[in-house]
Amino acid sequence: MDDALIPEGAKRCAFPIFMIGIIIVGAVLLWGVYAMFLCWFKGLNQTNMNDYYGFALWIWADLAVIAVGGGAFFTGLLKYIFKVDDLKNIINFAVIIGFICYSSALLILAIDIGQPLRGWFIFWHANVHSMLTEVAFCLSCYFAVLTIEFIPNILENRQVNKVPFFHHLAHNMHGVMAVFAATGAFLSFFHQGSLGGVAGVMFGRPFAYREGLLIWPWTFFLFTWSAAAFGPCFTLLVTKITEMITGKKLVGDKTVNLLAKISGWMITTYIIAKIIDTIYWAFVTAPSMGFKLGHFYSNNGFYGYWILITEVILCGVVPGLLLINKSTRENPATRTIAIILGVIGVCLNRWVMVLQIMAVPVLSFDTWALYIPSWQEVATTILPVAYGIILIAVAYRYLPVFPQELELNESADTAAQN
Amino acid sequence: MFPFCFEWAWDIGHSIFFGGFWYAISILGVGMTYCFLKAAYDTVNDKGDSHH
Repeated sequence: MDDALIPEGAKRCAFPIFMIGIIIVGAVLLWGVYAMFLCWFKGLNQTNMNDYYGFALWIWADLAVIAVGGGAFFTGLLKYIFKVDDLKNIINFAVIIGFICYSSALLILAIDIGQPLRGWFIFWHANVHSMLTEVAFCLSCYFAVLTIEFIPNILENRQVNKVPFFHHLAHNMHGVMAVFAATGAFLSFFHQGSLGGVAGVMFGRPFAYREGLLIWPWTFFLFTWSAAAFGPCFTLLVTKITEMITGKKLVGDKTVNLLAKISGWMITTYIIAKIIDTIYWAFVTAPSMGFKLGHFYSNNGFYGYWILITEVILCGVVPGLLLINKSTRENPATRTIAIILGVIGVCLNRWVMVLQIMAVPVLSFDTWALYIPSWQEVATTILPVAYGIILIAVAYRYLPVFPQELELNESADTAAQN
Repeated sequence: MFPFCFEWAWDIGHSIFFGGFWYAISILGVGMTYCFLKAAYDTVNDKGDSHH
């Protein structure tokens, strides 16, 4: 019944099977929506936050999806500004993933402010001395950019594209996409940086505090850099998962290897900067404030040196080396391991910068504030994942997301017909 | 948000924050307006199939 909407020549599963999948993931989505309404109507007593611990699990999720969603702005920058033409085969999907990540980030912020009807206060009554105001401004504007970048793909749906106005609109939007992509890269640079900047200026939290350049702490640059480095890993990972679920090759090896190579060099240069930053912080900044490194990684049941080694070495140095080395990059198994480690690495970095800084005691009589999230926090954190799966499923089914799909699966389809 | 809002101050903070904000909004607005007008023009003039 929906055959007329499916891209011409593309093979998709039967509609009932598709709907069963949507209903299963939709149930998870509704669970998250229920938890979200509990947080809105009953308040923050639905969470396990307390006077010590002011960040819920969803704030980590917020920063993590923004970081992994960085693949959209960086791929857009490479494709439209630096004219890396091979990335045309993955740019649509990168934009969809970015759209999902940023809409999720805004949804999480709507949960976090408690009274979403007052969300507009941040624009009307803006505190211009706050980095979070800059984050909110840039995040909202960049989400508008991603929406604009997503629209042509929707307009290229087989039936929608038959309407002459929509056909011309999609064409014209493609024509000026470089302007939108440049605006997106500009906005993304500042909001990713500001998220890092927030941690870097916390004078009362020596775990996060960093020195820097003029008003910008080092973390400002590290956050932007890490998003550009690891974001493409997430794009490649979701592409791989989509290929596994659909049983089809969707993006050519040349494009995948190119993006993996760029990501590898970005990760390697980022992790060198991160190691320098960590050493300077551990041996200069923290001691100058009266702390030893061991203070941040001992006397508690969870945060040990393992988290630092995992983030920097296992999920930073290792994926960087695997992706810049031609033989490991072009081997599907080691490339997949590298992109999984990369995604874990950037999520772990955001965990450390959001949750560990709250847990570390800052006064001599304080103890570690370890916390276990409530089920409502877990549900609202899983909610964007379910929403993302549904949007990707619908987009894959009805939109021409992957320009190489037919070409890459032609021989397999012919063999199946014979 | 606007200079006529009672909280507005003509200082460097407001100029940079809101200058950047409205600059970005303007680019997006002008860009989309151009696309809509051009699409309407192309439709009315029945321009042939345009591939991209």
